Amino acid sequence: MADNGDNDSQHRVNEGDYVVLKRGDIYKAVQIQKKKKTVFEKQWFFLDNAVGELYGTTFEVVTGGTLQPRKPKHVESSADAKEAGTDNRNILDDGKSQKLTRDDIETLKEQGLKGQEIVQQLIENSTTFRDKTEFAQEKYIKKKKKKYENSVMVLRPSCRVLAMMYHGREPGKICHLRYDTLALMLTLGNIHAGSKVLVFETCAGLVLGAVMERMGGYGSVVQMYPGGGPVRAGVESFGFPSHFHDTLHEFPICHVNALLAGTLDTEAKNIDADSGQANGDKSNLTQTDPEKAESKECSPDTEDQRMETSTSTDPAADKEREEREKRREIRGQEKKVKMEEKRKKLAAAAAVLEGRNADGLVIASRFHPCPVLLGLIKFLAPSRPFVVYSQYKEPLIECYTKLREQGGAVSLRLTDSWIRHYQVLPNRTHPMLLMSGGGGYLLSGTTVATDTLKMGSTRGEEPAAKRLKLTETTDG
Amino acid sequence: MSFVEYSEFIQEGDVAIIFLGHDSMMPVKVQQGAQTQTRYGVIRHSKDLIGQRFGTKVTCSKGGWVYVLHPTPELWTLNLPHRTQILYTTDIANITMMLELKPGSVVCESGTGSGSLSHAILRTIAPTGHLHTVEFHQQRAEKAAEEFREHRVGHLVTVRNQDVCKEGFGVTGVADAVFLDIPSPWEAVRHAKNAMKRQGGRVCSFSPCIEQVQKTVEALADEGFQEISTLEVLLRVHDVRSITLPLPDFGSDQPLETPTDTPVPSNASVLCKTTTPPRDMAGHTGYLTFATKPSRDNLCPMI
Repeated sequence: MADNGDNDSQHRVNEGDYVVLKRGDIYKAVQIQKKKKTVFEKQWFFLDNAVGELYGTTFEVVTGGTLQPRKPKHVESSADAKEAGTDNRNILDDGKSQKLTRDDIETLKEQGLKGQEIVQQLIENSTTFRDKTEFAQEKYIKKKKKKYENSVMVLRPSCRVLAMMYHGREPGKICHLRYDTLALMLTLGNIHAGSKVLVFETCAGLVLGAVMERMGGYGSVVQMYPGGGPVRAGVESFGFPSHFHDTLHEFPICHVNALLAGTLDTEAKNIDADSGQANGDKSNLTQTDPEKAESKECSPDTEDQRMETSTSTDPAADKEREEREKRREIRGQEKKVKMEEKRKKLAAAAAVLEGRNADGLVIASRFHPCPVLLGLIKFLAPSRPFVVYSQYKEPLIECYTKLREQGGAVSLRLTDSWIRHYQVLPNRTHPMLLMSGGGGYLLSGTTVATDTLKMGSTRGEEPAAKRLKLTETTDG
Repeated sequence: MSFVEYSEFIQEGDVAIIFLGHDSMMPVKVQQGAQTQTRYGVIRHSKDLIGQRFGTKVTCSKGGWVYVLHPTPELWTLNLPHRTQILYTTDIANITMMLELKPGSVVCESGTGSGSLSHAILRTIAPTGHLHTVEFHQQRAEKAAEEFREHRVGHLVTVRNQDVCKEGFGVTGVADAVFLDIPSPWEAVRHAKNAMKRQGGRVCSFSPCIEQVQKTVEALADEGFQEISTLEVLLRVHDVRSITLPLPDFGSDQPLETPTDTPVPSNASVLCKTTTPPRDMAGHTGYLTFATKPSRDNLCPMI
């Protein structure tokens, strides 16, 4: 297991890779495509030069929009020799201390000055800089660097990076799931290679991708989805190798009741994966399959056309007709193949679920979690964990209450996670000024064998003494 | 049974978790002919456990019953015998995600301690990863190695009894991630860097005291690490309760029609389903400091 210097290739950026661009705390997921302009933090550039470089490399954006790997610089000999003040008692914040105007700075930018150099210019043209304390100077430099720097780091996508990206950029798309809450879900759910996990999420595929990352391509994941089709945009950003997708199944929740009741017929040719069972009702097909409906509408017209032109002896028109018919036939065949593929996938997913021996259940959606949990928990084997995320607490209180009544689960816990970042600098260590207000709530538990004989077991999970307290009124 | 793979039926030699009710659990080593005492009576391993499904209800001799659960690193963390202060699931979950652990990851850890985090790491990196764990206390190192074997994860881990600050992890250039939970982590930063792959990796240091954090951050910066970030996480538990709140009686706004001694008081009350916080909660475990080791080409001490 010694370090093999030649085996770099898996650590290097390739064309077509999904990567994450980073500057400071801002992340963006993109795909490397040569000669394609990418926009990031109000800058346009080409990612071509990233290809072949190691992941984790920091680049400078130079004029023309190309990337240049940043040369490692020697330690900036700490400018202790420079002048500094002791406090701010004589510093007037009148907005006039910077002598360079906005136009001056634009000129400098156009001249192609690097971020570092612009910051140097700002320092030299600030009347108050040398009066600031050393700490204030450092803070000033950091602030200006952040503003005028144009470096970009190219990162390999991972749950950590993508979870932080989504939470910072588009929290609404992931039901405001904060990254530490997601971390807890993966751990409490005991997501690991070789297990069979059910996922129901409307978080743009972030949760699904995170689960798949922890499975490493081993075992299987069944994505339960509402409505038309599974949403997986977030999964793409993880850049999984293609064989990972062999372990991923999908199953529409509209067929869950039928599957549980044993009435789901996956052999039926007219089953539509995206809506309720056809039930032998042919009219359903035309309603639910717009493509088919269209083609039915199409046929009368072309029939007429054929009738009209059948008497014509124009060879060119004949040839055109032939080709049109051929194309229609091919399209028809393709549609048949697609429908068959969909049916096969549905049957495969149903087979995975039927055994009711899944090892884990992860729920994170905008839907009310209670019916989702009660419906899907039936697919879990006994002594397996489940985790339900909700942006709000009350729906989970309902879940908790219903599960307690119904039985079949122990160690139920309603929790939320509190996270705080710190600035760590000599003599300036303290928590960050801004803190996340909330990251959502989790309900977690473990399934146990359901005792069909003892419905509504009276002992419950709580000792008797505790139950008495429930009816006590709260003190003022 | 193993801590990295589920199985359906209980077998001899397994570790099982007996669930007694409401956060009360105990670990049990399943053996032919053995017995375990619980407050609900005796559990006979041969009759009640071996051959049963994990998750079934077991009736004990006194008539009470318990559930037998399949072990997981999370259940183990709550039930393992403490030889040292341990890491709990909330910190473990964040460490796992922030270090980007996944199947196949190679991880270096010191100190092993009671093995709480170790089990969680092994679960995540199985079946193709490896954990190199270093513990300077001889008996703890031996006990940890023994437990790994019993839990059927011995093939995924190497325990070394040495001082990480002086001798490092025993491997170089192989780790995707390094974790430090030792009194003086700044003394191990260079060893962490050497243990990590040339192409880069992630490091985490856990320290209860802010002074330790400051020294460690400085050492990480000096060694060229990037994305240095320190945070802490805490778990808040919400106890679901049904509460009854009595309504005050402000009397009637109509004058009394027939004179009576006193108006009849109303006993109205409202039932609320809500949560209350527990009396106390964990307020601090430790600070988590994360950083990225950039590829050798990109190593440069940042300002």
